[in-house]
Amino acid sequence: MSTGRRTSQAMSWFANRARWRWPEIALWIAAYALVILFPSRALLFNEVAILALFAVSLDIVLGYAGIVSLGHGAFFGLGAYAAGLLAKAGAGVAPLSDPTLGLLFAALVCGFVGYITSFLVLRGADLTRLMVTLGVALIFAELANRMAWLTGGADGLQGVAPSKILGLFDFDLYGRNAYLYSLTVLFLLFVLARKIVQSPYGLSLRAIKGNALRARAIGIPVNRRLNAAYTLGAAYAGVAGALLAQTTSFVSLDVLEFHRSADVMLIVIFGGVGTLYGAIVGAAAYKAMYDILAAATPQYWQFWLGLALVLLVLFVRGGILGLVAEVRRRIAGHGK
Amino acid sequence: MLTILFDGLAYGMLLFVLAVGLSITLGLMNFINLAHGAFAMAGGYIAVVMMQRFGLSLFWGLPAAFVICAIVGAVLERTLYVRLYDKSHLEQVMFTIGLVFMSMAAVDYFMGASPQIVDVPKILDGNLELGFVSINKYRLFVIVFCALLTVVLQLGLSKTRFGSRLRAAVDDARVARGLGIDVTKIFALTFAFGSGLAGLGGALGAAIFSLDPQFPLKFMIYFLVVIAVGGTSTITGPFFASILLGVADVAGKYYTPEIGGHKIEIGGFVIYTIMVLVLIFRPQGLFGRAPGK
Repeated sequence: MSTGRRTSQAMSWFANRARWRWPEIALWIAAYALVILFPSRALLFNEVAILALFAVSLDIVLGYAGIVSLGHGAFFGLGAYAAGLLAKAGAGVAPLSDPTLGLLFAALVCGFVGYITSFLVLRGADLTRLMVTLGVALIFAELANRMAWLTGGADGLQGVAPSKILGLFDFDLYGRNAYLYSLTVLFLLFVLARKIVQSPYGLSLRAIKGNALRARAIGIPVNRRLNAAYTLGAAYAGVAGALLAQTTSFVSLDVLEFHRSADVMLIVIFGGVGTLYGAIVGAAAYKAMYDILAAATPQYWQFWLGLALVLLVLFVRGGILGLVAEVRRRIAGHGK
Repeated sequence: MLTILFDGLAYGMLLFVLAVGLSITLGLMNFINLAHGAFAMAGGYIAVVMMQRFGLSLFWGLPAAFVICAIVGAVLERTLYVRLYDKSHLEQVMFTIGLVFMSMAAVDYFMGASPQIVDVPKILDGNLELGFVSINKYRLFVIVFCALLTVVLQLGLSKTRFGSRLRAAVDDARVARGLGIDVTKIFALTFAFGSGLAGLGGALGAAIFSLDPQFPLKFMIYFLVVIAVGGTSTITGPFFASILLGVADVAGKYYTPEIGGHKIEIGGFVIYTIMVLVLIFRPQGLFGRAPGK
């Protein structure tokens, strides 16, 4: 009787957490409406959507599994090259060069590499992880640079021409379909990530992040769970990279550069770690900031970015979403 | 062959002077200061400004770089860094990367983005012909200077009272505090001294590696490798790690084996692979001791 009631309580708690709230629904509708409202900025929106997916992937690794990674860009770049090479190899052969297949291929490749490297990453504590992830990313960047016969080296991978999406929609010059394609992929993968982090598996990740020793004591297989989370994050990052390769029809060494890993980390922190939506808000805020600051002072926008980071760490906990929650708490406090 | 070894040695010695401050502060406070390279860059630019604008020789630039960087380091430590010790590693990383970005943009603004060209003093210019091998005088100076510095550091750490306090604090900060050692003060002093050394190394190295606003980011990776391989509990560990890294880096740029008809430059690989392997099999560093805790 009482266990039954407790179970149903737990179930309703889960159901309540998983319920879609109106700001979420509004956000997605707004995201789709953007392309109708500002059709000329579709290319920019496309970049935001890709960046958001990349940030979501790091948020899974960093915000939920608690693995500090300075080399997440490795999977982004790997995914971009995987999709680019597949599209190049299968050019003209309809099913092979379909973009969706490219995404799947990139996810598989990156998931596999992520799984293998997760064992290296999980061996150490924070600082060691930082350096192992960084080292792995640097090795990938070197590999892509040296294997010019495969990747095109410094000239980049040219002639990436994915065919129509599902054989129906072509990539147009203004990026409208590209944006809708990226946004849809982001939406689907976001829904999946949302489900995962709210599942019992997601809760076990939170427990591990809270205290790995106690989590192990209550029977959670800590390392296996973290391996899985790292693999998932890697696959997501690969899809984001693949989207970039497909929508820009080009892959250059830039996708593997260190600044990618640093940028995406900033985005997650800006938005709020471990919130998923923080990744999207952070990506939009970052891109907007970049657009405004880089237009004002093209060379020195990094300074303002650095300042924002320093202030964020010193004065605000939890990024933009944390700030919003704080303001709401203050307002509610005044009302009483 | 000998030239490569020699160049590598000079490069490694420089890396050691640049990185040793970071290694000690990391071991002492478990604080990840990715902005360490910014101090080195500042030192380099101080020397450049003194030489180009005021026409002073590099011999004046070196102590100036050391003193100014040490003071800046001390001020920053007391005002900003001190608020971060109890925060998570992630926040420390973000904060110091923020500082790196700011310093890069600031240097770009004041000094321009192009690499700075540094003239070495007249007496150190040119090569020393030793019959079978010719040696660059400036590199020889760097090696001798850094070797002396290393000896002084090692003696200071092992023979002086401050040194033994520092070693105790690195070993176990809590117990050291319990014994009445003012760890906070020691840390502030060490931080300032380490920043000064980074500045000195930057000034010394400005003539060898190119000095531009990208410097802190480029060398952050090298610093991390030195620490990863050398460990943080001694200064001999980072020393040998730096030499190893310097020689491997210079040698990697010269040797290009051919694999399957493609010329493969192995430079970067060797270093990163060494780092990852060391971290996997000896997480405390190649020369570090396993922590006693």
